[in-house]
Amino acid sequence: MSRMNLLQAVNNALDTAMAADERVLCFGEDVGIFGGVFRATSHLQEKYGRARCFNTPLVEQGIIGFANGLAAQGSVPVAEIQFADYIYPAFDQLVNETAKFRYRSGNLFDVGGLTVRAPYGGGIAGGHYHSQSPEAYFAHTPGLTVVVPRNPHQAKGLLLASIRSPDPVIFFEPKRLYRASVGEVPDEDYELPLRQAEVIKEGNDITLLAWGAQMEVIEQAAEMAEKEGVSCELIDLRTIVPWDIETVVQSVLKTGRLIVSHEAPLTGGFASEIAATIQSRCFLYLESPIERVTGLDTPFPLTLEKEYMPGPLKVLDAIHRTMDF
Amino acid sequence: MKKNQTTVKPVHKPIFANGDDIQIPVFTQLKPDGTVYADAGPSSLDEPTARRIYRAMLYTRVLDERMLAAQRQGRLSFYMQCTGEEAAVIGSTAALDDADMIMAQYREQGALAYRGFTTDEFMDQLFGNERDPAHGRQMPIHYGSRDLYYLTISSPLATQIPQATGYAYGQKLAGKGNCTLTIFGEGAASEGDFHAALNMASVHKVPVIFLCRNNGYAISTPVAEQFAGDGIAARAFGYRMQSIRVDGNDILAMYEATREARRLAVEQNEPVLIEAMTYRLAAHSSSDDPSGYRSKKEEEAWHKKDPLRRMQRWLIEHGWWNEDEERELTESLRREVLDGMKQAEKRRPPALETLVSDVYAETPPLLREQFEALEAHIRRHPETYPKSAPWLDDDSATEGRA
Repeated sequence: MSRMNLLQAVNNALDTAMAADERVLCFGEDVGIFGGVFRATSHLQEKYGRARCFNTPLVEQGIIGFANGLAAQGSVPVAEIQFADYIYPAFDQLVNETAKFRYRSGNLFDVGGLTVRAPYGGGIAGGHYHSQSPEAYFAHTPGLTVVVPRNPHQAKGLLLASIRSPDPVIFFEPKRLYRASVGEVPDEDYELPLRQAEVIKEGNDITLLAWGAQMEVIEQAAEMAEKEGVSCELIDLRTIVPWDIETVVQSVLKTGRLIVSHEAPLTGGFASEIAATIQSRCFLYLESPIERVTGLDTPFPLTLEKEYMPGPLKVLDAIHRTMDF
Repeated sequence: MKKNQTTVKPVHKPIFANGDDIQIPVFTQLKPDGTVYADAGPSSLDEPTARRIYRAMLYTRVLDERMLAAQRQGRLSFYMQCTGEEAAVIGSTAALDDADMIMAQYREQGALAYRGFTTDEFMDQLFGNERDPAHGRQMPIHYGSRDLYYLTISSPLATQIPQATGYAYGQKLAGKGNCTLTIFGEGAASEGDFHAALNMASVHKVPVIFLCRNNGYAISTPVAEQFAGDGIAARAFGYRMQSIRVDGNDILAMYEATREARRLAVEQNEPVLIEAMTYRLAAHSSSDDPSGYRSKKEEEAWHKKDPLRRMQRWLIEHGWWNEDEERELTESLRREVLDGMKQAEKRRPPALETLVSDVYAETPPLLREQFEALEAHIRRHPETYPKSAPWLDDDSATEGRA
C-alpha cells in the first residue's frame, strides 16, 4: 500500500498497464516530457520511450481518430483529452466511430482496446470550459462505456479495468479531487469491476446515489442527515453506462426513497434515466418522488459557481423534502 | 485543380513533391537596434498611429505584469499574458479600420488596449463583478466588446476561425468595406476548424485575415512536435490563399503586412494568411511553469528580441519619443491599473438572476422554477452563499438587475 492522491493513482495505473503490456500507449496534448497539464502522465515517456508516450498535435478529433485506428490494429491506446470540455471536436469519432466499430462490422473489427481519459467537473473556478460534466452525452450512445472514479483506490482499479476491457471506455477523472483526494492504494496490479455500483454505506431510510466528485458531497449531506436521525444508504454508480440497475433497485426496495445527484444540468442528465428506470422497477415501494439534485439548466458559471453547484446543503434540503413528503 | 488539369503537362514516371522546394522568407523591416533595413523604404506608420501603438504596447505590458502579480497574491483566480507578442497583436490591429471585426483566441488583450478598452472594463471582467457585461460567467481574460468590434473570447481553441470566415462573408454582403481579423496560435492551427476556415474562405472569396501567432509553444508542446511542415504559412497554398511570414516582433513589418493583407481582403476579396514568428515570453498561463519544458537560455535569447524595446528605439530615433515620456507614461499606467484593480475588487458580485439570464432570449419556465428554488435555498442558508445572499432583497426589489 502507498498513500497517493488521485492523480498519482492514475499515473500509477498507467505505469502498471504500460509495464504489463507493451501494446499500451499513452498520448495526447502535452502528455510527453511535460507529463500532462495535471501531470497524470509524468515520467511515462522517460520510462517507456517516445514511441509509447508522446505529445500529439493540438487536435482532439485527430487524437481520437488516431486512437480508433490504433485500437482497430490491436494496440491498446490510452488517449488523453486535456479537459472533458474539449472532447467535443472528437464527438464524431466517439459517437459515430468508436461506439459503432464492432456493431457495424459484425465484430470483424473492434476498438475495444481504446480508453479515453479526460478530467471533468467543477469546483476549480474553471468557468464554462474547464468545469463541464459531459457524461450524459456519451451515456446516450450505445456501445460506449463511461466510468467515473471517486478516489485514488477506485481510480487505479477502475482505470486498469477500463484499459483491459474488451469495450472502449471513456474514463472521466474528477479533477477537483486530483490532489484533494488522498488515500491508500495497493502497489500491485489490480482491477475493480466495471458495470458494478458499490454500496459504500448501508442505511435504511433513503438511498443517495452519485458518482465521482459528487460522492464527497452526498457523504457530507448524509453525515448531516444522520445527525437528525435519518439513516442514509450511499451508492457510487462508478460505471455510468451500462449501469448497475440491480444494486440500485435492491437499495430502493429497502429504503423506499432515492436522491440522485450530479453536477451536470438537470434536463437530460443521467439522473433522469435512473429516476425513470427506478420508478418503473420500484413503483409500489416508493415512499416519495425520486429527487434529482443537479446543476442548473445553464452553462457552467464562474463567479456564482457555488450557487450553481449541487452542494451538500442542496442535497440535505432534498433529503428533508423526501423524508417529509 | 483547374490549373493542374489545364496547364500542367502530365508526366509518365511517378514524381512526388513535399513542398520543400518552396521557401517562404520572413518579412522584416526593423532591425533589433531600432534602425530600418536599407531596402525597406520609409514606413507608412505616421507619428500619431505609432504613438498610439506604443502606448497600447506599454499598457499591455504594465497590465500583464500587475495582473500576474495579483494572481500570485491570490487576488485573481487566473491570468494569461500577451508578453512578447505585443507587436504581432497590436501592429496588426493598428493596420485595420477600427470597425473591422477581431476574433481572437485569448492572448490578444493588446488589440483591445489599442482600440481603447478602458482599465475599468479590463478589471470588471477580470474580477467578474457586477459591471462585467458577461456577469462573471467566464474565467478572467475572456473579454469582449461590441463597441470595439471584438468578439467575446471562448476558451476552446480554433472555434473562432471558421466563425471569422462566416462573419467576413456577411461583411462582404453588407458591402461596407470591412473585414475580419482572426488571431490564433500555431497550436490551434492543428485543429480541424482551422483547415475548414481556410478552405471556405478561399472557395467563397471572403475578406478575412488569418493571423497565426507562431510563438513556439502550445502550452508545453514545441513546434517540432506540432507540425512537420514549413510552419503555418505554407498551409495556405493548399487552399490557394495569399500567405506571408512576418517577423512578429517587428512592429513595422506587422503593420505593413496587415495593411496590405487588408487591402487584398477588402478590395479583392482575397483571404490572407499571416504567420507572425514570435515567442511566448511568459508562461502559458498563471497555472503553468515553463521550466519543465524549455530552457532559460532560450527565453533569454528571445528577451533580447523584445518587441517593445525594438519599437522604442525606432521611436526615439525618429524623435517621436523620449525616456522621460517613457518613465512618466509607465508610472501613470501603473497607477491607473492599480487603482482600477482596487476599485474592481470592491464591486459586488453579479446579481443571482444573471445565472439564468441569457441562456435563452427568454428564460423557459423550468429554468425560472430552478431559479426560484435556488433563491429559496439561499435564503435558508445565507451564510453559505456570501456572493449572492447579501443582495437578494435588493435584487428582487428591482426585479433583478440583469
